Amino acid sequence: MSNPFDKLDKTLEHSVRLQILSILIVNDFFDFSSLKDVLNLTDGSLATHIKALEREKYIIVNKTFVDRKPNTRYKISEKGRQAFKKHLDALEAIVKQQRK
Amino acid sequence: MSSESKFESDIASIRTMMERTSKFISLSGLSGVLAGIYALIGAAIAYLMIQYPNSPLSYRTDSVQSFDVIVKLLFLAAVVLILSLGSVFWLTSRKAKRLGASVWDRSARLLLINLATPIFAGGIFILILLANGHYGVVAPACLVFYGLGLINASPNLYDEIRYLGYSEIVLGLLSAALPGYGLLFWSIGFGILHIVYGVLMHRKYDR
Repeated sequence: MSNPFDKLDKTLEHSVRLQILSILIVNDFFDFSSLKDVLNLTDGSLATHIKALEREKYIIVNKTFVDRKPNTRYKISEKGRQAFKKHLDALEAIVKQQRK
Repeated sequence: MSSESKFESDIASIRTMMERTSKFISLSGLSGVLAGIYALIGAAIAYLMIQYPNSPLSYRTDSVQSFDVIVKLLFLAAVVLILSLGSVFWLTSRKAKRLGASVWDRSARLLLINLATPIFAGGIFILILLANGHYGVVAPACLVFYGLGLINASPNLYDEIRYLGYSEIVLGLLSAALPGYGLLFWSIGFGILHIVYGVLMHRKYDR
């Protein structure tokens, strides 16, 4: 039998990154400051997690200006969507195993 | 196992994040009840204007034709709408304050856009019909477009709102088939259904 732990996504094992992808799954896009408010993080800490997701190409970054202020929006990529689904399946398999 | 594992809490946090960022949870159920009561009072006044002394359950064979009466009815409808929206804003901002949430956040904007699009289109459609003298279709069109708005907005609200939307559409279509019961269907759709759903939502989500 395959071990569901092997199927966990290394990047998404970090709860905050998983939460960011959860938000982007149900919302077409989300901007930096809204993410910061919802997740209750500091600028620096959120930026680190965003970088990690960006490196894996799980999210698409879109930089625009609103009233001359920079406004960075994030969108989930197809790769991110698949990684999220795979990770969630692995999580569910693990929880199911633990309940046995 | 006594405490939940990290994996379980990860799954739980996925759900929380999905709901918190896409759903507007501050909408007050109680404001639905108030809106329903205003609608019933408005319908009672309209009944006295156009149908009295016939029974409110009787089938009207002639639709209102006087432009004067239409203007009065429109004024009455506007008062009901303003009172309802006022109560929704007041009670919803009170609930948001209690939940520590902001009233005008992303989910509120999404909700408003999704709700307003079919309703705005419907409103203009109805005004055009009124201008052309098709008075009988106002009640059914109000119900159908309002129902479409609710279904469109339900992903940003409580899931149950979708069923309220379906109910409004069914009532609207029935009312289109039986135009003489227009006021009655309107009272059920905007009065009684709002009160019933408002009470259900209040018991489930307001505490």
